Amino acid sequence: MSLNRIVILICTALLCGACSIQPWVKPYERENLADPIMAFEGHGVSTKYVNHVYEAREAGRGAEGSAGGGCGCN
Amino acid sequence: MVVTDFSTKILRSLAFCFFAVSSLLLAQGAYAAVLPEDRADILYHSFDGGGVTIHGPSILMRKQFKEKVSVWGNYYADYVTSASIDVVTSGASEYTEERIEQTVGIDYLQEKSIISVFYSTSVENDYDAETKGIAVSQDFFGDLTTISLSYVQGDDIVGNNTDPTFERFANRKRYSLGLSQILTKNWVIGLSAESVIDEGFLQNPYRSVRFLLPGGGAAARQNEDYPDTRNSDAYAIRSMYYLPWRAALRFEYRTYLDSWGIEADNAEIRYIQPWGQDWVLEAKYRYYTQDQAFFYSDLYPYQDYQTFLGRDKELSTFQDSAVSLGVSYNVNSHYLSAFEKVSVNLFVDYMQFSYDNFREATPANTAEFGVGNEPFYQYDANVIRFFVSFWY
Repeated sequence: MSLNRIVILICTALLCGACSIQPWVKPYERENLADPIMAFEGHGVSTKYVNHVYEAREAGRGAEGSAGGGCGCN
Repeated sequence: MVVTDFSTKILRSLAFCFFAVSSLLLAQGAYAAVLPEDRADILYHSFDGGGVTIHGPSILMRKQFKEKVSVWGNYYADYVTSASIDVVTSGASEYTEERIEQTVGIDYLQEKSIISVFYSTSVENDYDAETKGIAVSQDFFGDLTTISLSYVQGDDIVGNNTDPTFERFANRKRYSLGLSQILTKNWVIGLSAESVIDEGFLQNPYRSVRFLLPGGGAAARQNEDYPDTRNSDAYAIRSMYYLPWRAALRFEYRTYLDSWGIEADNAEIRYIQPWGQDWVLEAKYRYYTQDQAFFYSDLYPYQDYQTFLGRDKELSTFQDSAVSLGVSYNVNSHYLSAFEKVSVNLFVDYMQFSYDNFREATPANTAEFGVGNEPFYQYDANVIRFFVSFWY
């Protein structure tokens, strides 16, 4: 399957979904999800620092949020 | 590398797709998304391990205006004292340096979309970095789904303290796509993908590799030589689950592949438990593993053994793990009544690094065990984050 077909399929799915899918978790059912302990990262300044610690010492990078510039790795 | 080029094309194509769908939904009108809270954080950070200590402050402030715009700024400093294994084996002396990073950003809210831009500079005595980025996030399906896209570009200038005329350049482009999906009233997951393209001078101007001299009884050194390009893809899945007794369980897995042949995986599990009205306790375990870059070697058989040469331990085969404990306390005091909420937070991480093919080639070890037979390197590190957060 070509790349264009994949993209067209995804776009079509999103557009159709946007028109027809109804939210199955109603706004009044999201009390638990709104609890601060359910944030993927509750403390941005702390998360950014930890990601920098990892990125300066591991080759793996990306898909974790911003880690800032510079090296700091010697 | 074919896989990374293909992924980048997919991310770019999805970007166009995303903007098209976003435009349609914006035209329809929708529920409002929410800007981040007004908040200030004052953080002290410390890393101590492997002969390196790095500490300093990080201050992050964010303020909304007319519920449409949120402006933020971050000041971050690293004060480094290093006698790392690289420094020791190269025969250099312990050194100190500092890095100052300053970032400003704006988030703009439009119906269900948030458009963000930021600009950042990082200055060291031998390394300057300028980074800028744009991101868009959009809620779909009654706010059950959030899709985000970002593009970040970095332009670095690499110097060398031993040579004032030395100046090299590196630039970086990062394309990322994220999806957050509410599955049930207690469960939300996040998917993310990011491609990074590096071009330019990607090696450390001070680091050298070692090679065997004729006869094999001794080693000499020559400069590293890395490829001028590096493309990488990373994919991550995160899960957050609300437990019946008011606690949260978080899981994360990420896989990584780059054009230097490095494959890496990491997984993390985190447990968050409120205690009473004002305390939140957190425990985390993280494990990371990677395979070496195709051109890495701890010891080459002879000088100029191959086109690309590298002996950075971050390019070797190794594993690390981290155990983290954290506590947050909401401060209730009439002296702080000007703020909606104030919390004091302490997180302590204990990390262990264990290398499979990077040897601790200190002069003493080489003399005792012989060239190429030194013990494999390993070290522990303690990481501290202490910060106070103010909501207003």
